[in-house]
Amino acid sequence: MADLATADIGMPEQGPTLGMPRHHMAIFAGLFAFMLVAPFFLYPVFLMKVMCFALFACAFNLLLGYGGLLSFGHAAFFGSASYVSAHAAKVWGLTPELAVLSGTVVAALLGLVIGALAIRRQGIYFAMVTLAFAQMIFFFSVQAPFTGGEDGIQAVPRGRLLGILDISADRTFYFFVLAVTFAGLLVIYRIIHSPFGHILKAIRENEPRSVSLGYRVNRYKLAVFVMSATLAGLAGATKALVFQLASLTDVYWTMSGEVVLMALLGGMGTVFGPIAGAAIVVTLQNYFATFGAWVTVIEGVVFVVGVLLFREGIVGVLSRWLRKPL
Amino acid sequence: MFELLGIPPQALFGQLLLGLINGSFYAMLSLGLAVIFGLLNIINFAHGAQYMMGAFVAWMLGNYLGLGYWWALVIAPVVVGASGIVIERLMLSRLYHLDHLYGLLLTFGLALIIQGLFRNAYGVSGMPYTAPPVLAGGQNLGFMFLPNYRAWVVVASLVACFGTWFLIEKTRLGAYLRAATENPTLVGAFGINVPRLITLTYGFGVGLAAFAGVLAAPIYSVNPNMGADLIIVVFAVVVIGGMGSIMGAIVTGFGLGIIEGLTRVFYPEGSAVVIFVIMALVLLVKPQGLFGRPV
Repeated sequence: MADLATADIGMPEQGPTLGMPRHHMAIFAGLFAFMLVAPFFLYPVFLMKVMCFALFACAFNLLLGYGGLLSFGHAAFFGSASYVSAHAAKVWGLTPELAVLSGTVVAALLGLVIGALAIRRQGIYFAMVTLAFAQMIFFFSVQAPFTGGEDGIQAVPRGRLLGILDISADRTFYFFVLAVTFAGLLVIYRIIHSPFGHILKAIRENEPRSVSLGYRVNRYKLAVFVMSATLAGLAGATKALVFQLASLTDVYWTMSGEVVLMALLGGMGTVFGPIAGAAIVVTLQNYFATFGAWVTVIEGVVFVVGVLLFREGIVGVLSRWLRKPL
Repeated sequence: MFELLGIPPQALFGQLLLGLINGSFYAMLSLGLAVIFGLLNIINFAHGAQYMMGAFVAWMLGNYLGLGYWWALVIAPVVVGASGIVIERLMLSRLYHLDHLYGLLLTFGLALIIQGLFRNAYGVSGMPYTAPPVLAGGQNLGFMFLPNYRAWVVVASLVACFGTWFLIEKTRLGAYLRAATENPTLVGAFGINVPRLITLTYGFGVGLAAFAGVLAAPIYSVNPNMGADLIIVVFAVVVIGGMGSIMGAIVTGFGLGIIEGLTRVFYPEGSAVVIFVIMALVLLVKPQGLFGRPV
């Protein structure tokens, strides 16, 4: 697994407990400040979509870039959380934070089951197993009564935050999504830079050696799988409220492919790469939406070019130029 | 008419036949994946798209050049196999020194490109492709009606599968291939051109997928998405069987097709997911797959 995540140029010099290096803090603060003012001159729903996918891609990258595990089935967690959150908000009438929470919990449980089975195989087989289980969830979603089949769950109410504050307008809901996204991103950052994250990297680089050092490798793999699934679920659950829609697109394998693309394009194993990748892919989809299947072709070309020439990703290259881990 | 377990025999044997047909495609596709994986260490995600290309080349030959089914059965695998050889030379060969996952990502991108291009050109509704007149009609076997074309598909795929098995297990070329799978460096040192062997293997695996596509064209409509979902089921088949043995891939493919058919009779709701459930069970009991070598 040593070739994967070539962009991950070592750790910052401080020990894992000493918090963020200054330039990471500056980037987070800059991003946050930008996102605070952005809805006043950019379309808020577009920005919310970018944020949901940024969180999704970072959750995926936690597994691939740091755990070295390529899941081709992350749509299962994103999509099922999206369905549960939409169902909770619409049918059970839960408040938005509880709806998102219930979607996230379901994704975590699903991650536990699928993860426990998938980590029994390595490498390519792991990718195929996750893809197959995600397809199983897709078929389940097609047939299950509460998902609404081809129509999906439409007109999901955003409701009142904590049952008090009305956040159904785009401009107000935006700040709910902003808070969820940044909380998620900071959690991921914390996981990556914790002792747990370092052991993950050790397992990624040399699994037999980590075993010989006494680590129960499978427990670490399962733990990071569940964390990644949970955070992907958080993104999916939020997305259902943003678009007020949960549909089969969210659980289909194309969604799993898209999140891989975001991580690859931005830079696997970098902190900020998946955010950049998500922003680019979502923008691309937005502007080429009228060209039909050409979006698929372009995504395919980006995949091929990315794998052949550009494996570090955008942020990976930047990070090499600046000689700083980003 | 007699009944078996409360199921009319027409329904039972009809679904069994359908399962056998699906199994033929699972077997041919998983066989191609296994052969490619054996030598290239790459999981060919574009396999479903190449299967679809086979069906489309058959349709194009018929529509633009007036060449019939039997020509298509020969030409389509060669054309698609040749496109595979180009892909291997230009792209895949640059990835052998990297992590295997990059091969998966690259072929995934190729699958997106191929499917997208065909969707743009031909839409998603699908085009009909008729079987040759020789294979029209069917036989009444007393307990069921057997369409000739479906019987032909099963026979043709059995021949293709066992032909491949013979080629790999019993011929000199196959011996080189198996040796190169075990230790490419050593085989190269004996003067065998391993890179060319790799290229031909990829071309052969892809050609086999296209052959399956031509066989499928008269049964399913020819449509750009026909391989996309199928390939994921084939991945599950590959995980269940393990990619260690050629015969294993054939047996698992046909077996799972039949199990799927039976599920459709006894518990229709479960037929879409039964293969994935079996995959979960196999992962619990024998993670390396039924025919896989222990890790």
